[in-house]
Amino acid sequence: MKAFLGTIVAGLLLALPLSAQAGNVTVKGSDTMVILGQRWAEEFMKKTPGTKVQVTGGGSGVGLAALQNGTTEIAMSSREMKDAEKTKLRTRYNTTGVEIPVAKDGVTFYVSESNPVNALTVEQLRGIYVGDITNWKQVGGPDAPIIIYSRENSSGTYVFVKDHVLDGEDYVASAQTLPGTAAVVNAVSKEKNSIGYGGAAYAKGIKELKIKKGNEEVAPSAENIKTGKYPLSRDLYFYLRNKPSGEAKTFIDFALSPEGQAVVTKVGYFPVK
Amino acid sequence: MEQGLSQPLVAPSLSPAARRRQLREKVIAGLITLMAFTGIAALILIIIFVAKEALGLFMDAEARHEASLSKMFLAQDVPVGRPAFRWQPVSKVPKVSMIPLFVGTLKTTVVSMMVAVPLGVFGALFAAEFAPRRLRELLKPVIELLAGIPSVVLGFFALMVMSTVVKDVFHFDRPLNAMLAGLGLALAIVPVIFTVSEDALTAVPRSYREASLALGATPWETAWKVVLPAAAPGILAACVLGFGRAIGETMIVLMASGNADVISWSLGDSARSLSATIAAEMGEVVVGSPHYSLLFFIGVQLFLFTFVLNMLASTWTRRVVRKLTGGAA
Repeated sequence: MKAFLGTIVAGLLLALPLSAQAGNVTVKGSDTMVILGQRWAEEFMKKTPGTKVQVTGGGSGVGLAALQNGTTEIAMSSREMKDAEKTKLRTRYNTTGVEIPVAKDGVTFYVSESNPVNALTVEQLRGIYVGDITNWKQVGGPDAPIIIYSRENSSGTYVFVKDHVLDGEDYVASAQTLPGTAAVVNAVSKEKNSIGYGGAAYAKGIKELKIKKGNEEVAPSAENIKTGKYPLSRDLYFYLRNKPSGEAKTFIDFALSPEGQAVVTKVGYFPVK
Repeated sequence: MEQGLSQPLVAPSLSPAARRRQLREKVIAGLITLMAFTGIAALILIIIFVAKEALGLFMDAEARHEASLSKMFLAQDVPVGRPAFRWQPVSKVPKVSMIPLFVGTLKTTVVSMMVAVPLGVFGALFAAEFAPRRLRELLKPVIELLAGIPSVVLGFFALMVMSTVVKDVFHFDRPLNAMLAGLGLALAIVPVIFTVSEDALTAVPRSYREASLALGATPWETAWKVVLPAAAPGILAACVLGFGRAIGETMIVLMASGNADVISWSLGDSARSLSATIAAEMGEVVVGSPHYSLLFFIGVQLFLFTFVLNMLASTWTRRVVRKLTGGAA
């Protein structure tokens, strides 16, 4: 036991100077962006040994709070910073923060593969999610009740859909909420009468709905999201307290470089213009 | 030992070794006291922290307007034709009714207790009274191992495996519902109830059993009418522990219940529990906002629930003990 403790203490003592030497960048926030951030960090650390980039999740709100408390250098967020959060930054650090869009994400609606419905208009989606449309036959599907899956009400994705699909109206009470897009995808793949939504990056093993606009059906493809033809796309952001400098700047420059944007595509999101 | 009357009584002088030993004893006693008080201090600090974050609701003008107590517990004049009790704190007009959360918590907890209490208590009775020794030695570790499964795993199991089965067996519309969450919770609390009950049953003195059997009672009568009542306080404590865990359990409910803020007593419908609400929303909420304070306020309520429950349970236990011992205790 004593020897074991000794090893730990010795290890800690050895680790101290190491961490103090190396440049450190901390990145924290949105769960939607964690995988992306970690890939960037891996690639970046391969290129620039000696710099450590630590990426942790927890949610957009947690990341932005950490930015206000000074416990992280970069906050990842899948939503824009709210006024209350900006005010906090101003009173603490006298800055309004720096917003850098680093990737694009399309919000996709999913249905089960066995569902005959392939495309819906934004109005129909709105009708389903506010509770005006309750049966698949109202939108050209089978006679079955629609089981609605949604995301947790403080997630960036939830707010995005609320603003851009529901026109700010409330979701219907029977909408079942699940933690994380992965859970939504799972649930939709198991229930043939269900509908759910989430980031395009996760969609595997289910059917992505196209969005009907007039006579056209727009799929959430990379091309359509990049050009803005697909109506439901959003930016993913890095937030900093001040203009980036030093290690953090090198890291952000890497993320925005063609190489970094290639990582974005690999993870399943879309490069920023 | 000789007692000479002529000798005055003086305290025996201690040898240096003995004095060292005494000092060591004192130091160790001090350390233990310190640890105990550290625990108490940590608890008090946590309570202060949670209460402080929740107080924002009553101090901040914006929060008072957005989430007053009346909006939490009474019907709200939301758009006509929509239910009056909604939990939609992220909205143009935030709706912060606690009622759907209470209903959801009650539904999942009651289902889990209905399943877990009989399973746990009767399982413990079987293990303590009827199981052959070999079987008992196998049964205990296996059930205790079940207690070691992280609740995330149980939640995922409920979501991926049990959901289809439960839906088909009960003919529910939705794969995720209060029933499924309750069953998932039961998985988590059966081991708790089993272990504590089993300890209580084995602690019943052998003389009780022997007396009962000597009077001609069958083994079943002995177990049911003698051993079980004698262990009642312990079993009650087991149930309270289980209940506390069921109310506070987060991950399983979050993954299996569907979390819709509906008010319905049907087990086939979704349920949204207090603890799952905290877990789901704390990550993304704007720190310091009314919504943030609301989540801490929910935490305060959960704390009060379990506190009151424990108080009730302990007084009830005392009463049961007094009844059993004929008022001697």
